[in-house]
Amino acid sequence: MKHIQTINKANLKESAQKGGCGKCQASCQSACKTSCTVANQKCER
Amino acid sequence: MIHKYKLGGFNIVLDVNSGGVHIVDELTYDLLDNIQPPFEEECPANVVEKLSRSYSPEDIESCYQEIAELNRDGILFSEDDYEKYAKYSVASPVKAMCLNIAHDCQLRCKYCFASTGDFGKGRKLMSFETGKHAIDFLLEKSLDRENLELDFFGGEPLMNFGVVKQIVEYARSREEEFGKKFRFTITTNGLLLDDEKIDFINREMSNVVLSIDGRKEVNDRMRVLPNGKGCYDIILPKYKKLVEGRGDKEYYVRGTFTKRNLDFTEDVFSLYEAGFDQISIEPVVGDSDEYALTVEELPAVFKEYEKLAERILENEKKGGKFNFFHFMIDLDQGPCAIKRLRGCGCGNDYVAITPDGDIYPCHQFVGIDEYKMGNIDEGTFNNEMKMDFAKAHVYSKPECRECWAKFYCSGGCNANNYQYNGDIRSAYKLSCELEKKRLEVAIMMKAFRIYGEPED
Ligand code: SF4
Ligand code: SF4
Ligand code: SF4
Repeated sequence: MKHIQTINKANLKESAQKGGCGKCQASCQSACKTSCTVANQKCER
Repeated sequence: MIHKYKLGGFNIVLDVNSGGVHIVDELTYDLLDNIQPPFEEECPANVVEKLSRSYSPEDIESCYQEIAELNRDGILFSEDDYEKYAKYSVASPVKAMCLNIAHDCQLRCKYCFASTGDFGKGRKLMSFETGKHAIDFLLEKSLDRENLELDFFGGEPLMNFGVVKQIVEYARSREEEFGKKFRFTITTNGLLLDDEKIDFINREMSNVVLSIDGRKEVNDRMRVLPNGKGCYDIILPKYKKLVEGRGDKEYYVRGTFTKRNLDFTEDVFSLYEAGFDQISIEPVVGDSDEYALTVEELPAVFKEYEKLAERILENEKKGGKFNFFHFMIDLDQGPCAIKRLRGCGCGNDYVAITPDGDIYPCHQFVGIDEYKMGNIDEGTFNNEMKMDFAKAHVYSKPECRECWAKFYCSGGCNANNYQYNGDIRSAYKLSCELEKKRLEVAIMMKAFRIYGEPED
């Protein structure tokens, strides 16, 4: 494309279909437990 | 829903519902202000006319076609159809626990949310008996979840390290029988670390959080002993030793920034230069006290986040590398959409236990009486409250529903919402602004790593 470059391949829609298994770490958005905010978490499935 | 912004020379467009991230030219950026799905065969004439002052009609048309194509591919203006998942997948087994192993601390950090360790409820240590009950509770309530997380927290957990060791040993002894795996983490202020504790932590804990605020003078202004002296020189060598012996297990140094060090880029780099490569520096938010950030500081903090990003990228060009947690984001292999509906597991798949065995939704609710969920020694647990937290997903929070960051932030911190707005479902604006800024910066950094400096 000339005007638009898409920089990621993932689509959240697809992830919804097979997601929600709960294997990943519980998350917390608060400052005192940074290790596990959602955006930096890994899917463990 | 889309969100677009300019940063670091890039025009960035996020497609909220698919997670699509696009770098676009000026024309696209302007055109997106003027069009909405459904798209037609050709760009509407009034739009072409409006933009033809700055762009050629052919370009406008070809741009329109690209936008329409991405829309058909489901990565631009995609539909929000996740609410159904929010309704189905509410209650989860409890699989993570924060053990406030010691409501006591040797430091008198000026910004401490736990009121110098005791959460305003008196200094106390957890007994092994209570710890054991907590493990049993987790083994039972986690149902089919295999990975269990146990975080030793405080106050300062090393002040009750004997019990930490006993609990770890007890939990390990029951893993096989229940088909579970415990992942332990510990958060410490470092004062009591010695070789024996370091060995134990490096052997047993899958993550360790080491508190330090960055530059010596910044750390020592806030993280002080009762005699008023700073703790930097005591803890730094211990942290270095621990990290050297850690192998590839996770750790991070974490600090706090306040109104007093809005130049926290210096603190991040001070930690990096001290030899750490997993770094987290977080803002103190809260009611108007001397240290907590307020909306007034936001512009300065935003600038500083940009500056930090710039320095990190510069450092990467020179071959240096470290993780700054708040800019970490995985655009491809991140969590599934369902996980993203609820960023906080508090009171649902996560609980906190006090030395007295009281159960709270999480460490930030400890001491708030109306949120006491039960007691681990007495075997009580408020399932109704658990259900209420389970339902606190982005679709039940009015601001989050409409927010472009909802699948990255996932609804913020329930405790903050309660503490500052009186309602776990009411987004705490200050945290939102910070979160959104960090996301914008983190995504810009991704673009930079792909393209290098943008052409202008
Ligand atoms: S492990 Fe992956 S698929 Fe399962 S809930 Fe977590 S993010 Fe979703
Ligand atoms: S907490 Fe704030 S930033 Fe996060 S999703 Fe809700 S409104 Fe958006
Ligand atoms: S309420 Fe806040 S502090 Fe508690 S688990 Fe949720 S995000 Fe973390």
